[in-house]
Amino acid sequence: MEAAYLAVMWGGLTLYLLLGGADFGAGIWDLVAGGPERGRRQRDLIARTIGPVWEANHVWLIFVIVLMWTGFPPVFAAVSSTLYIPLTLVALGIIGRGSAFVFRKASVQVEHQRLFGAVFALSSLLTPFFLGVSAGAVAGGRVPPGIAEGDLVTSWINPTALACGVLTVCVTAYLAAVYLTREAEREGEADLAAQFRRRALVSGVITGAVAIAALLVLRSDARALYDALLSGPGLVLVIVSVVAGVVSLLLLVLRRFLAVRLTAALAVAAMLWGWGAAQYPEMLPGLTAAEAAAHDAVLTASLGALGVGALLLVPSMIWMFRIFQRSDEPAQHG
Amino acid sequence: MISAFLAGLPLEAATPADLLAARQQMALSLGWHIVFACFGVGMPLITLIAEVLGIRTGDPVYRLLARRWAKVMGVLFAVGAVSGTILSFEMGILWPGLMGTYGQVIGLPFSLEGIAFFIEAIFVGIYLYGWDRLPPKVHALTGVPIVIAGVASAFFVVTANAWMNQPTGFSEADGRVITVDPWAAMFNPATPPQTTHMIVAAFMVAGFGMASVYAVAMLRGRRDRYHRLGFTIPFTLAAILTPVQIVVGDWAAKFLHERQPIKLAAIEGVFESGKHVPLHLGGIVIDGEMRYAIEIPSGLSLLAGNKPSTHIVGLNTVPEADQPPVNIVHLAFQSMVAIGFALLALSAVFAFVWWRRRRLPETPWFWRAAALAGAGAAFAVEAGWVTTEVGRQPWVVYGVLRTADAVNPAPGLRWGFYLVTAVYVVLTVITIVVLRRMTRSTPVPDEITNADVEAVH
Repeated sequence: MEAAYLAVMWGGLTLYLLLGGADFGAGIWDLVAGGPERGRRQRDLIARTIGPVWEANHVWLIFVIVLMWTGFPPVFAAVSSTLYIPLTLVALGIIGRGSAFVFRKASVQVEHQRLFGAVFALSSLLTPFFLGVSAGAVAGGRVPPGIAEGDLVTSWINPTALACGVLTVCVTAYLAAVYLTREAEREGEADLAAQFRRRALVSGVITGAVAIAALLVLRSDARALYDALLSGPGLVLVIVSVVAGVVSLLLLVLRRFLAVRLTAALAVAAMLWGWGAAQYPEMLPGLTAAEAAAHDAVLTASLGALGVGALLLVPSMIWMFRIFQRSDEPAQHG
Repeated sequence: MISAFLAGLPLEAATPADLLAARQQMALSLGWHIVFACFGVGMPLITLIAEVLGIRTGDPVYRLLARRWAKVMGVLFAVGAVSGTILSFEMGILWPGLMGTYGQVIGLPFSLEGIAFFIEAIFVGIYLYGWDRLPPKVHALTGVPIVIAGVASAFFVVTANAWMNQPTGFSEADGRVITVDPWAAMFNPATPPQTTHMIVAAFMVAGFGMASVYAVAMLRGRRDRYHRLGFTIPFTLAAILTPVQIVVGDWAAKFLHERQPIKLAAIEGVFESGKHVPLHLGGIVIDGEMRYAIEIPSGLSLLAGNKPSTHIVGLNTVPEADQPPVNIVHLAFQSMVAIGFALLALSAVFAFVWWRRRRLPETPWFWRAAALAGAGAAFAVEAGWVTTEVGRQPWVVYGVLRTADAVNPAPGLRWGFYLVTAVYVVLTVITIVVLRRMTRSTPVPDEITNADVEAVH
């Protein structure tokens, strides 16, 4: 039971990374789009693309947090108490990103838009970094079970955690560039599409390089995880990730912008599931999923509720993405 | 280094300063979120009413109101959503002792809330960005799930808080939870009165809050149809709910009498148990005694049990260490009730003038009071939360877990509090500035046409 529950939770985390992560990545591209005049069309494309969907995408994070405290309460307590510093920064980053984004949309004066834009872009960079750092702290085995049992500083300021933070930032920026290339093409903005294609290629290569570097960091800093990633199911997923990543670069070169969305997402998802597979069944050092899991009555009730909820959610979500992905001009109504 | 310094500190328990900081951080984050959550629950319905009236009558005034309200709703919803996310982090960052043990007991309503919030976020996206992409009737229909999901979210979240007041649906041995019935935990005895009280409050805050904006405009002489309707739609809803809320509040207090008597004793400053207990209006507790209060003989007994001989449990039935701080709870409760009755009087004036004259009141006193009603309603909600939260102390889970045992023992929590406070101060100022500029940057024309409606983006 707890394996199925954990898989659902990990699925939620995957969707958060692929959807919510890309929204952060879009904010990172906003940061480097250049001055207000030069970067205006890029920023408009980014705002148009994430505007209608970022709140729904953001809910995946809440979903994962709630599933964690419901299904694996001791893990949630251990992680959030030991990592309270980076997680507080994540929380503040989430506030900064979301509110600055809507404030920018609601403002009319250019200097206000610039200020909010800067907060939006900067927090889009910092939030995934600290989320990645927190994940890296867990992956590196620096968060022991128990409340605030880990070191408040070295648990997350260490090579593995920092590498994971940088990798997360790269992944979100890469995904955003891939998605935005297709958005620009769909909207008929060929020059923007070319720009984001170039960025997707560059960030794709950088992400691959950082991933390899992170693996080397693990080798010296978190040997157990490194070994598990390079054997058994971990290795299979790493290979899937590498292949999908290389295929994505080829598809970008060939300008297959719709297909590359799938392969890029697959490369990232396989990386995340590789970590999960390598660490399973241990969630924290000396604490397995079965030991940490809530009672079956709780897991069953939550999964049942989610199953019923999915019947409402999935069609709604598909409808939402379809409405905002339609390439026709907005319909005219009098 | 810092870590060595931090590691050298004992982690058995948080210092009193850190415990207080954690409680204040939670209170600040919750208190801040609640106001936005109220608008998130109430504003979609009010906006939808205007939109439907606009579709039915074709009147551009209704349509413009709906469009402009939706824009504000977009900002409030987003800020409410992110400030709500912080709370889910803080549940673990600040209260790992609560979540590590009982997270599974209260997990189900949060999972359900997650689904409801998802639906809400999806349809808010469609609603806000879909005006030009969907036919008008379909667009109005996309508002319905927002209303339902908003109410459902409020319900689910408050059931978890109700559980903290009436922990049921689990059994424990040696500090470990051995069995859980998540549905029984969710539908605990406090759930019906508490969720009803909060959901009605949310619509009142949104209704009075939106009406306040137009009351200010009325005082400034803008009495055209746009401002009159902008006032009347939300105010009518809130005015209808105000008497309902007073009945619900009475129910909630009677519930305390039966199930959480110590909280009621703190609310009223009753130390000794007995019959014919008076109701205290005002007053302050000094040295374990209520002073300077106006006493209504047997008032509390009458309210709690419908007869003057009703036995009221006093604070002294529990050890002093288990008593909540009386003055805070008493003052907060009195403020909430006083505001509730003031809003009732205001609603009565509105209803009376409408009944006899079929128009809005003309006296500036009505508009001055109406201008304050929104802030008053929000203040009453805050006071209500202070009453229920502080009134439960020293317990975080009533009779089961003390707040001091739930807090994160890691040192330095207070720095997080300072940081979060600074962020919220800035955020509050900016939200107000942005909303004001938003409404002023596109003034409402004297003659509203369909072109004005289409121009809102």
